Amino acid sequence: MKRTSVHLILVLLAAVCFTLATWIQPVVVTLGRRGQAESVLKVLLGDGRRLFANHFFVQADVSFHSGYYPSIFDRREPPTSSPMTRGHDEHGEDAHEREMAFLGQPRDWIEQFGRYFRVTEHKHLEGGQEREILPWLRLSAELDPQRVETYTVAAYWLRIRLGRIADAEAFLREGLRNNPDSYQILFELGRLYQENRRDTDRARNVWEQALRRWTEQESKKEQPDIHGLEGIAVNLARLEEAQGNLDRAVGLLELGKKASPHPDDLQKQIDELKQKQSTLPR
Amino acid sequence: MNTVLSLAGVVIKELYRRKDFYVLFVLTALITLLLGSVNLFNDPKIVRYLKDVCLLLVWISSLVIAIGTAARQIPAELESRTIFPLLAKPVTRGQLIAGKFLGCWLACGIALVIFYLFFAVISGVRETRWPVFNYAQALWLHWVMLGIVIAGVLLGSVVFSAPSANATICFVMVAGILLLGGHLNSVAVRQPEPIRTITYLVYFLIPHLEWFDLRDLVIYDQDLVAWWALGLATLYAMSYVGVLVVGGWLVFCRKTLTT
Repeated sequence: MKRTSVHLILVLLAAVCFTLATWIQPVVVTLGRRGQAESVLKVLLGDGRRLFANHFFVQADVSFHSGYYPSIFDRREPPTSSPMTRGHDEHGEDAHEREMAFLGQPRDWIEQFGRYFRVTEHKHLEGGQEREILPWLRLSAELDPQRVETYTVAAYWLRIRLGRIADAEAFLREGLRNNPDSYQILFELGRLYQENRRDTDRARNVWEQALRRWTEQESKKEQPDIHGLEGIAVNLARLEEAQGNLDRAVGLLELGKKASPHPDDLQKQIDELKQKQSTLPR
Repeated sequence: MNTVLSLAGVVIKELYRRKDFYVLFVLTALITLLLGSVNLFNDPKIVRYLKDVCLLLVWISSLVIAIGTAARQIPAELESRTIFPLLAKPVTRGQLIAGKFLGCWLACGIALVIFYLFFAVISGVRETRWPVFNYAQALWLHWVMLGIVIAGVLLGSVVFSAPSANATICFVMVAGILLLGGHLNSVAVRQPEPIRTITYLVYFLIPHLEWFDLRDLVIYDQDLVAWWALGLATLYAMSYVGVLVVGGWLVFCRKTLTT
C-alpha cells in the first residue's frame, strides 16, 4: 500500500513537472527574445553593470602589460592613455615608459623580497599574444555597450595585430548598432574598408558619415574632440586625393589643419596639392 | 606525535564527509568550464582570462574551506562536549591544537592538489603546454599561506565566542592583507605622525600573505620564482604559523572549558 502511494506521488510530481514546463516554456521563449535585444547581463545587473565595464577595460590593459601594472597606491599622477588604447605611436612611448617605471627603489626589505613574487618587467603582448586582451574587452562591451572606446580598441588589435578583419568588422558593426551616432566607430570602420578591404567607396561613405556625426556632436562643444576630427579629415583627404578629387582633398586638409597639432605639415601637403592642381589641364 | 596525527586524521575525514569542498569544487569547475565554452572572436587559443578566473575561484574556495574548517574545530568540540572525553584520553591541549592545525592544513592541501590538478588540465588542454614547476611553486606557496590563515583562525577560535564572528573577522583580515598589506608602506609615508609609525608597525607586524600569491606569474607565463626565495618565504610563513599556533595553545590553556 505504502509502495503504491509512493509511486502515485512520483507520478503526481511528474505530472506537475510536465504542467509547469508547458506553462514556463512560453515565458522562457519571451525571455530569450528579450535577451536578443538586451543581454543577460543587462537583465541581471541593470545599469549597475556599467560600473564593472571600466574595470574589465582596465583588466584588458593589465593583460596587455602581462600583469605589470600600477595599483592606485603606485600611481603618483592620473593615468595617461595606454599603448593598448592608442596603438603604438612613437611620441607617446616615452611618457608611457616613464609612467610604467612606477616600482622605483624598494623602501624596505619586505617590499624588496616581495618583488620576487610579482611581475616586475614592463613588456607588452606581441606575436599574436595580443588576443589575450580580447575576452576582457568583449566582457566590457557586454557590460557597457555604450562604451565606444571598447569597440575601437578591440577592432584595432583584431585588424592591425591579429589580421582578423572579419571579426573586427563584426565587432565594429555591433558597436555601431549600439551607438549609431558614434563618429569614432564610423572612423574605425572606414579605416577597415580602406586599409584592409580596399573598398574606397564604402570607406568614403563611412568617413563622410563620421564627419557629419562629428560636426553634429562636437562642433558646438567648448572643447571638441579635435584629434577625432583630424583623423577623419586627413584620412578622407588622402582618399579623395587618390581618387583625383583634389578640390575636396584640399578642403578636407584645411579642415584637418585646424585640428592638427602639426598644422605646418598639413599646410605643406595643401601647398603640394594646390601645385598639383594648377598643373592639371582644365 | 601519533595523537596529533590521529586528531589530524579525524579533521581530514571531516573534510570529505562535509559537502563544502564538493560544492566549491563543482562551482569552480562549472564556472570555469562555462567560461571556457564561450566563443570569443572564434579564437580557441585565448586562455589567460580562463586561467585568471579559475585561479581566482581556486583562491576564494581555498580560503572558504580553510577558514570555514578551522573556525568550527574547537567550538564544535566544545558545543558537543566531545572535548572533555578527548582531553581525558589523555590528549593535552597542545596536542589538540597541533592536531587540529595539522588536520586542517593537510585537508586544505588535499583540496588544493585537486583544485590545481583541475586548473592544470584546463589550461594545459587550451594552451598545450605544461609548466609543472610553475604550478608546483604556486601550489606550494598557496598551501603555505593557508597554513598561516589556519593558524590564525585557530587562535581566533579560542579567543572569539562564536565561530561565525571568528570566520568573518578572519576573512576581512586575510582579504585586507592580500589587497592592502603590500602597500601599507606607501600609505605610511604619506601620513602624519603618529599615524605613520602605527601604519609602519602594522606593516612590519602582519604576515605578508600577498607574497604567496603567484597567480600573476602563472597567468602571464613568467619565469619560476628563485628556489631560495621560495625557501625563505616558506620559513617566513612557518615562523608565523609557529607564533600563531603557540599563541592559540597558550590562550587555550588558560581557557576554562566548563562554560
